[in-house]
Amino acid sequence: MAAVTISRRFDFSASHRYYRSDWSEEENRRAFGLCALPNGHGHNYALEVAVSGEPDPVTGMVVNLVDLKAAVEGALEGFDHKHLNLDTPWFADRQPTTENIAVVLWDLIGAALPGGSLARIRLYEADDLYVEYFGKAA
Amino acid sequence: MSAPVVRLCRRYAFAASHRLYADALSPEENEAAFGKCANPNGHGHNYGLTVVVSGPVSAETGFVTPLSELDEAARRCVLDVYDHRHLNLDVEDYANLVPTGENIALMIWERLRGPLGGLLERVILDETRNNRFEYPACGGAAR
Repeated sequence: MAAVTISRRFDFSASHRYYRSDWSEEENRRAFGLCALPNGHGHNYALEVAVSGEPDPVTGMVVNLVDLKAAVEGALEGFDHKHLNLDTPWFADRQPTTENIAVVLWDLIGAALPGGSLARIRLYEADDLYVEYFGKAA
Repeated sequence: MSAPVVRLCRRYAFAASHRLYADALSPEENEAAFGKCANPNGHGHNYGLTVVVSGPVSAETGFVTPLSELDEAARRCVLDVYDHRHLNLDVEDYANLVPTGENIALMIWERLRGPLGGLLERVILDETRNNRFEYPACGGAAR
């Protein structure tokens, strides 16, 4: 049986700020621009979760989409309508950039995946900017 | 622990006109190969350009590359040269090259390869919402 990739899209909204307390204000503004403004800003993120595997011979599914939806929405509860710096535990030691959010989501969703294997995380910060993460290189 | 490698994709837009016509072919052969794209006075498209870079995420900034540097390279090397131009007449890349979607993707790759160095992974050119060109090609190990 051939492996197939299935992907589903999810939406969440969150605010964030790029800022290093060990840098001066000037260094922060130079590296992060408007993203360093003190009170943060937000985005409507779109997340595409891609799962690969061989379809089950009985159900024809790589993974039950109802289960996948529950697992991903469970992971996103910690992100949706939150300030990523202030309201979540994941960005104390790194900036909540689109890159780093994708890496965190890979670990959270991978641990909760109800079937198949996680193939790709694609995270849109805006229509014209997105990142893709495929997990750590083997 | 090694830094995670993430792919970052940034989309730009430019509008340009072109004509598909090969000097080596007769007018009839051009008509056969290119159809109405060979019309003498050309036509235009709203092109979408997605520049794909890939690299380790900086532990310091959380970025694969600063977006401002990527935007600056795309603007200076591609958009300033291509936008609102007639590709055959106004852009040296196509002095001896038919500006098909394939060749435009290749030429944009060449233009960005220097400034972006090893970060550049792929160029995706949308000629219309129906026609897309990618270089290097997908398939095999390339995803």
